[in-house]
This record gives sequence, C-alpha cells and structure tokens, in this order.
Amino acid sequence: MIRLTRRHLLAAPAVLAGAAAARSPLAQAAPLKIGVLVTLDGPFAASGQDGLRGLELALRAAGHSVAGRRIETVVGPTDARPDVALRQARKLIEQDRVDFIIGPLSGSEGIALRDYAKTIPDRTIINGSSAALETTFIDPAPNFFRFITHGLQWGAGLGEYVVRSKGWRRIATVAADYSFGHTNFMGFAIDFCRAGGDIVRRFWVPLGQADFGSVVAQLPDDVDAIYLGLGGSDAINFLNQYLQAGARMNFIGGSAMADQTILSSRGRAREALIGTPTSGMISDENPDPAWQGFVRAYREGFPEGQRFASPSFFATSYFIAARAALAALDAVRGDLSDGQRAFQRALASLVLDTPLGAIRLDENRQAIGPVFVSEVTQRADGALYNRMVRRIDDVNQTLGLPIEEFRALGLPGRDTPNCARLRRSG
Amino acid sequence: MTGFVQRRPIATLAIAVVVAFFAWLVLAPWPPAVTEVMGPKRVFLSAILSGVTLGALYFLVASGFTLIFGLMRNVNLAHGSLYLLGGYIGFEVADRTGSWLLAFPIVFVITALIGIVLQYVVFRRMEGEELRQTLVTIGLSIVLADLMLAIWGGRSYQILTPDFLSGPMELPLVTAVRPNGDFVYLRYPRVRIWILAAAIVLGIAMWLVINRTRIGMLIRAGVDDREMLAASGLPVQAVFVAVFAFGAGLAGIAGIVGGTFQSLSPGEDTRFLLASLVVVIVGGMGSITGAALGALIVGLTEQIGLTYAPTYSVVFTFLLMAAVLAFRPQGLMGRRL
Repeated sequence: MIRLTRRHLLAAPAVLAGAAAARSPLAQAAPLKIGVLVTLDGPFAASGQDGLRGLELALRAAGHSVAGRRIETVVGPTDARPDVALRQARKLIEQDRVDFIIGPLSGSEGIALRDYAKTIPDRTIINGSSAALETTFIDPAPNFFRFITHGLQWGAGLGEYVVRSKGWRRIATVAADYSFGHTNFMGFAIDFCRAGGDIVRRFWVPLGQADFGSVVAQLPDDVDAIYLGLGGSDAINFLNQYLQAGARMNFIGGSAMADQTILSSRGRAREALIGTPTSGMISDENPDPAWQGFVRAYREGFPEGQRFASPSFFATSYFIAARAALAALDAVRGDLSDGQRAFQRALASLVLDTPLGAIRLDENRQAIGPVFVSEVTQRADGALYNRMVRRIDDVNQTLGLPIEEFRALGLPGRDTPNCARLRRSG
Repeated sequence: MTGFVQRRPIATLAIAVVVAFFAWLVLAPWPPAVTEVMGPKRVFLSAILSGVTLGALYFLVASGFTLIFGLMRNVNLAHGSLYLLGGYIGFEVADRTGSWLLAFPIVFVITALIGIVLQYVVFRRMEGEELRQTLVTIGLSIVLADLMLAIWGGRSYQILTPDFLSGPMELPLVTAVRPNGDFVYLRYPRVRIWILAAAIVLGIAMWLVINRTRIGMLIRAGVDDREMLAASGLPVQAVFVAVFAFGAGLAGIAGIVGGTFQSLSPGEDTRFLLASLVVVIVGGMGSITGAALGALIVGLTEQIGLTYAPTYSVVFTFLLMAAVLAFRPQGLMGRRL
C-alpha cells in the first residue's frame, strides 16, 4: 500500500511534465538545471531568503522556462563561509549536474567561487550578490560573470557629493577592518580626494567590535564630518555610544551603514543618521519606472510578512543575475553544447535592462552600471529611508580612472588610497 | 599584607612604583614628552574608563556564571541565552512602561524563575554528569536562540537610556591645562559611570553576603565539599536553587545593561558566553573576587588594545587567557581543584 502511494508521488511530476510537453512541442528538450548558491544560515540567512525571492520573481516572469526548455532549480545552502560555498558548488556541479550556477551571496564566497570556476571551464557561474573587488579584478575567471556593481564602485559619486553639495572637506573615517570595509572605503576615498577633500585620520576597527568607547574618545572634533564604514550591529553600537558620549557631528555613511537593517532598528541610535549622505547599488525610493515596477512586482509576488517592505539589495542582485541568465539563454536558444561557449559569449556581450537601468560588462566580465547617492530621511510616520539625491550612470571598476593609474593606487587596504596624491592629480 | 611585604620586599617596591606611576598618569596633567609617546591624555583616560566600565558589564554576566560553577560544578552554557533574553525582555518593559529602572526587577524575577526551572528540570536530574549537562545546555542555548530569533527577529535593539543618565558628565580628572591656566576636565558618558558604580556596589554586596552571612557560609561550605554539607542535614538543594536563580537573574540584568550601552541582536548570547568563559578562566572558577579581577583585566585589555594596537586587539584577550592557562591554570584567584 505504502509502496503504491510512493510510486504515485514519483509519477506525478512526470505526468505534469508530459502535460506540459503536450502543450508545447519544443518543451521536449531536457529541462535546464540551475544551481543556486545562497546563504540560508548564519548572519545573512534573512538576506539569502530575500535573494531567493528575487530569483523566483525573474523565473516566474519567464514562466519557469526559456527557449522551450523547462527550468529546474537546485538550491545549495551556505552560511557565508567560503569553504562551505565551495563544497556546495562542487555538490551542485558534480552530484546534481546543474548546467550553471547563480550565486554566491557574500564577498569571500565570491573569491572562492572565482577560483573554482577556473577548474570547470565548461560550466558557467553568474554571481549572485557577492561584491568583493578581487573577484573580477585580480586574475578573473573567463566563465565567471557579475552583473552587479561591486563594493568599490558603490563609493562613486558620494565623495564628490559631500564636497560639492555639503561643503565637507576635512573628515575622519571609522571603518571595519576587513576586505569589504577597505574596498567600500577606497571607492568613497578616491572620489572624495579627487574632489579636493582631505582625510585627516583613519580608524580601522575589528569586525564585530561591540565597544567603541575608546574610538569615540579619539575622534577629532575639528573636522567637517566623519565617514562611517561599519555595518549591522557594529554600526548601531557605534552610534549608540557616540550619542552617549554627547558628541554631535555630521556623518557620511558607507554602503552598509544606511541600509534597512540599521534604519529599521529599534531605539534612538538610528536617529543620529538623519541627514547622512550614503551611496550604494540601489536606492529604495528611486523614481525610475523600471525600479518602481520591480518594487510593485516584488510586493505583489509575495504576501506581506513573508517579504521585506521593499526588495533588498540581495533580492535585486539575484533578480538581475537570473534575468541575465535568461536573456543569454534566449539569445542562444537554450543551447548549452560546446562547453557553453556560445552561452558565455552571449553573457559577455549582453546589454541588460534591469530595474536599475542598463548594465553591461567590461572585459573582466564585471558590471558597468549605475550607482545611487542617497540621504537618510525621516518619513512622516517616523520611519527612516534613503532619499535618492543623485544617480551616477556607467560607473566602471576603476571609477573612470585609466587602468594603470588605478592599479598604481594599490589594492584596497588600510592606507590606500593616498589622499594627498589623488588631490593633486584630481 | 604585611607578610607579603616582609617576604618579598623587592616585588612590593616594584608594584608600589607601578601603582604610583599609573596614579600619576591618571591624575596629573601630562607634560609634552609623555603626550608625544602616548598620544593625548584624553584618549588614554577614555581607554582606561571604557575598559573598566566594559569590565563592569562582564563582571555582571560572569559573576553568576562563576557562582553557579563554583557551587554546583556545572558549566551552564545557556548562560549567554539568559543574558540576551533578559535584554530583550528589558527592552519590552522599558519600551512599554517608559521606565528603564522598572525593567531591572521584572527581568531579574523572570530570568531567575527560568533559572529555577532549569535547575529543577534539567540539572537536578543529571547531577555530577558534566558532559551530559554541557551537551544539554548547548542544546538549550540553540533552542532559546531560535525562539528569540522567532520572537524578536534579526534586527538590533537598543534600550533607551533614561534622561537622567543620558549624555556626558565631567569627571574630576584633568586631561589638559589651557594656556590661561584653566583645567580641562574629562567628559565621559554618564550612563557608563553609573553602571560601573552599580557593579561595584553589587560586587561588594555579594562579597559581604558570601563572607559575612549564614547563607554565604552555606554556599562556601557547598563550594568546598558538597557531600559533607548534604550529610550534615542542611538543605543543599534549596541552596542550589537559590544560587542558580540569583546567577540567572544577574545574567538577565546584565542583558539590560548590555542593551543600553551596546545593543541586542542574535549572536550576542554566544559572544557574552565566550566573554564569561574568558573572564572566569582568567579570574579563577568559582571565585567572586576572581570574576571581578578577571572582568577588569579582560575589559581593560580589550579597550587599551583597541586604542593603541587596533590591528591586534582581537587576539589580546585570547593571549591573556592562554598566558593564564599556561602559568596559573587555576586562574588568578582560583584555588587548585
């Protein structure tokens, strides 16, 4: 009896597939298998779930099929650690035999996957939301594609904005001492120093630092503003202790500083951020109809309570990655033979229409696209959001600097870039 | 004290010189030469004060932990969960009633009750089985962490500082002298000073209870020899429950304090469990004075490290722990087991 039931269950998908095949003769081709690497455990678990929602939106819009081939997805859950991401990627490729991978979610996972990509030249990896510079700047893999801008590009425009519009020229910086902190800071600093700004002091604090008492005490008070390159609860702890010390200063927010995890936290600390300029890949209140349409689709696609108020950076990134894959598959009519060469060429030459605007890839297969400068603003109901103040289009990996000049600045680190030298050349 | 001076005159002299030099660093305005080497005095004093106040927070968490371990020999790895739970409940109380002070008794009672349940339902059934207790408490901490995630979600909470504690205060410590001869005094967050004062009062009260009262005598006897105490016909189980409830209540209160000058979010439970472990390893298992000393040293190490060597500040705490384990495995104030 039990066996019979199980057989029935097993047969069900085959029947459904048969029905689909009857409707469309093209669907007889084998289904396309996409492996999705996404973080579903640890600090980025909620972000990973939102990434999956973005992916689902893109697939739904395509009716879960492309060029007559049905699309199946296999999820490889990670916990944001590169070794776990690598193990899951291997499992997806070797055991589940997926055609290509969309993912991963976080920075160091991306670097691990870039190296793994080189060992599987006949498969393709389309980056999810990981945004480390190194992934597509140093020794990039020919079959690794990234359709979102990365942490260094996100600094674009912010530096110039604070110098020109706010008149803040002398600043001190407090940022997290790890790769994303360095990279995101460098993007801002290049822009800021070229616009004539001066960084008088840089503080680097370890990731996960909960007590900033002694850093707050060292902050100089003869500067125009303080750049904060912190994220998550580190950022909240800093603001909280900064307020308790009774100080008041203008802030400039890194890309992780003014996102919804901090803006929607409970307590008074977030209020210190009102009026803070920040920049990043998306802006919640972007008036562009493409973005508004995406936000509407996201809100209608998932019941309230099972989604965020507005799509996060992660949902947007996975949506864009899936859209890129679908567009390229369409271009090659679902044909992945010959070691996916045609598919990879199609990806490399895409000009993709995304909710953010047109995105294309450079010779390292890294996105050239828009970056948004916003200001943290309070709504009438007390909620904080990022009000878009500027949009910078076609930001590339070197922020418009010639590649040799960019390389001469050095890789992201505590002492790069040299502000005085940039100021002279800019 | 006099015995030590007579036995070790040179060491005494060295300690006296160090203490005097430190007192001079804290109290006197610095001459330019010192500022050149150490940076501004304001920064040095803030690092010291931040270290001491952070130590006060660690002491609140770790004293309950060490008391429970000393008496019952069980390592309660769910102690960090009690801290975080206390913080969340404290936030709810303070948010709804608008009274920060009211949160303390309520949280103390609730977490103490949870402690009593834990002792009755879990620990009493597996007395003396350390491995089982450890595994069960790890399991409990995971369950509690997920329950808290389900209720309060992944975002961060800060408990609002009440008005009478917000903002900075001037301390009678001179940081610099203005050219016109005025002294510049150190400004420091008021709430941290008050929490330090409260921790000191609490520490002294605990020391008095343990060393000067009958219940303290029972606890000390229990720490030394549980079986003998039980054999003397004393209500050893009642003492256990009381101590467990008190330790759990302290962890809950520490959650409010932590939520006020840091923040509450998933993961803080394990961070504070780790901090308590380091504190009691440095200070010595089962000793209140040890917990105070350990918390002070760990807090100072963290903050001075962050100020003067931020790159390596993460490792200092663990170097300290390794050093203590290597040279004095029972901890600074601990007795050999």
